[in-house]
Amino acid sequence: MRDIPHRGGPVNPSAATLAARFPQGVLRHDVTWGDTTVYIRAESARAIITWLRDDAGERYDYLVDVTAVEHRDALRPLEMVWHLRSLPYRRFLRLKAELDPAGPLVVPSITAVYGSADWLEREVFDMFGIRFEGHPDLRRILMWESYAEGHPLRKDFPLRGRFSRAEQLSQSLAANPEARYSMEELSVADAFHELPEEMKRRILADRRTEGA
Amino acid sequence: MGLSVQPTRGGNVTTIDPPSQEGWVTTRLEFLVNWARANSLWPMPFGTACCAIEFMATAASRFDLARFGMERMSFSPRQADVLICAGRVPFKLAPVIRRIYQQMPQPKWVISMGACASTGGMFDNYAVVQGIDTIIPVDVYVPGCPPRPEALMHGIMMLQKKVMAERSTSKQYEEITIDPTSKLYIPPSRIDELAEPFGNSIHQTRSAP
Repeated sequence: MRDIPHRGGPVNPSAATLAARFPQGVLRHDVTWGDTTVYIRAESARAIITWLRDDAGERYDYLVDVTAVEHRDALRPLEMVWHLRSLPYRRFLRLKAELDPAGPLVVPSITAVYGSADWLEREVFDMFGIRFEGHPDLRRILMWESYAEGHPLRKDFPLRGRFSRAEQLSQSLAANPEARYSMEELSVADAFHELPEEMKRRILADRRTEGA
Repeated sequence: MGLSVQPTRGGNVTTIDPPSQEGWVTTRLEFLVNWARANSLWPMPFGTACCAIEFMATAASRFDLARFGMERMSFSPRQADVLICAGRVPFKLAPVIRRIYQQMPQPKWVISMGACASTGGMFDNYAVVQGIDTIIPVDVYVPGCPPRPEALMHGIMMLQKKVMAERSTSKQYEEITIDPTSKLYIPPSRIDELAEPFGNSIHQTRSAP
């Protein structure tokens, strides 16, 4: 087993090429437990990730994860995280974008770059309330769609939720699960009349998502 | 019937003639129905977590649920007698487990297997139902995290005893309808208000449907 230092060590060569290619978008990088983290500006995330996927010298063809971190320290920014892996070059790269928790939490969606980002971004939206610009179908995915208590993984969210247990239970029982899924996830033939108007229109037009 | 009572000087003496009893059993109908029900409980396994692994072990050859007439797992609630809720139930599953319970034909029973299904267990958080008895009626609670197969079998035997003790005249199979015009009706908000200072260890309010 290699002895991997906590901080420092060999840097993923993609960090340097990224900094040269996107001088405005890339802020800095560090190495933690052998993995390179590149801090980028949120607004240039899509351009950077598209380039990382398509450039012949990078070829990050596998999106491992999209997630976010809010630290207990209220002064630290909220971090948006992408994990990328380049199978041809055997590289792993972590991209982070720092967001101001007080400001609008908006990040460009990368669903057009990696299809697998669809559900991952929905999960981040559900848990952290980060909105992804350009996501075709940004709905809650873990909590039910009429969930009204907020975004559970934010630090200002109380562990037991905001409502009383009785209110939580009656709200969750009022949710009709069959009226809340798109056509691909579950047959909605029985509950079609209970769907939201906008979803009815999409299904009748045989469109999965708005704007697609 | 093979039994005959002959009056004698010391009192009545009952004599038994076994050969003439062959092919006859006399019993109460209630006992017979309950005996049949108790020994052929078809479980609807609602396994959501690690308790379901113990439940599978209980159903497998070493512990062998077939001894209780329960080897026929019913993955459709419409052919099930007993709902075994094994594992935590998140709020998103609350309408699902209620629908499953409603789809089961009468008579039906529920076993709440493990700490999470019974009380929410260690998951006293925003996502987990604090006991499935806030959604559906429960007959037997099996404690444990997860319970060993022996504990589940003990719970099943308790349920069998309960089934054996049922009376055909009881009204327990009638669905309860809430009548808000009744003088006995207390609105949920009032129940919460009354229950709030006491509650139980997990601050569960009791007015939930």
